[in-house]
Amino acid sequence: MADDPIEQFHIEPIAEFNLAGWDASFTNASLAMVGGVAVAALFFNWAMKPAAMVPGRAQVVAESAHDFIRGMLKDGAGEEGVQKFFPLVFTLFLFIFLSNMLSMFPGFFGVHHVFAPTSQIVITAMLALLVFFTVIIVGLAKNGLKFFKVFAPSGVPIYILWFVILIEIISFFSRPLSHAVRLWANILAGHILLKVFAGFVPALASLGLIGILGASLPLAMTVALYGLEFLVAFLQAYVFAILTCIYLNDALHPGH
Amino acid sequence: MDATAAAYIGAGLACLGMLGAAIGVGIIFGNFLQGAMRNPSAAPAQFGNLIFGFAVTEALGIFSLLIAILLLFVVPK
Repeated sequence: MADDPIEQFHIEPIAEFNLAGWDASFTNASLAMVGGVAVAALFFNWAMKPAAMVPGRAQVVAESAHDFIRGMLKDGAGEEGVQKFFPLVFTLFLFIFLSNMLSMFPGFFGVHHVFAPTSQIVITAMLALLVFFTVIIVGLAKNGLKFFKVFAPSGVPIYILWFVILIEIISFFSRPLSHAVRLWANILAGHILLKVFAGFVPALASLGLIGILGASLPLAMTVALYGLEFLVAFLQAYVFAILTCIYLNDALHPGH
Repeated sequence: MDATAAAYIGAGLACLGMLGAAIGVGIIFGNFLQGAMRNPSAAPAQFGNLIFGFAVTEALGIFSLLIAILLLFVVPK
């Protein structure tokens, strides 16, 4: 059981609920998501409680995170984007970042592993569709029909324009797909990879003395891959947030 | 050849698509480093562009992974 690399993605209900025929059980995925949100909410409330002019260590972390996302959104979507969308992008970034980071815990106190919510396509797809429909609704509400200029970049010669529009439409509608699948596939593949390499260690170590010596190689590899996966956990949250900024820029300033 | 074997072979072939993504990502980071070595002071401002280009390129490799996963788990055997 423990050496099956897929087993860590099984969703098990903790408390079963039934909502008018819908299965609305509180599962280990729900617990991991609530955990991520709770860590973010508690940390930021605790760190910003003093709101000191000269910040302490925790406040520096909280303010750096805030300034980091604020700068990213300002580069991507301008000052107007910061005013309208900062809470959305900051929430998305923190949720994904903390889900990824908490799921790096290898398990403790009889828990096999901490569940990785972002390894479920349904969760990343919902996040990506949230961004997609925000772009469409805000774009149409703010710009009206001018929003459709998002499909027609300015400065394209007229005889090639129809083809560019075709490509832009395909690219616009494949955005939520790539947005969701990128995060999901990276986290899924990373967790499977870690479990596979970790599985080599007991398999080799059971072979006797030579096996124990050989097992040190996959063990070292697992440690190195853990370092890589911490990078991926941050990088994917960052990529998701920066793509959100770029897509939101289309809603505010269509037509490039 | 039965359909299951064909699906597995197709999944393996779909993974070849990642070759293109690997080349593309290599080109992006290699060229970024070249540019950054030439003008280090301008490099930090381009980090966002680097990650954006990386993400867009990587998406195509991930599409091929998606096809492989669909062939392995979704196509009825």
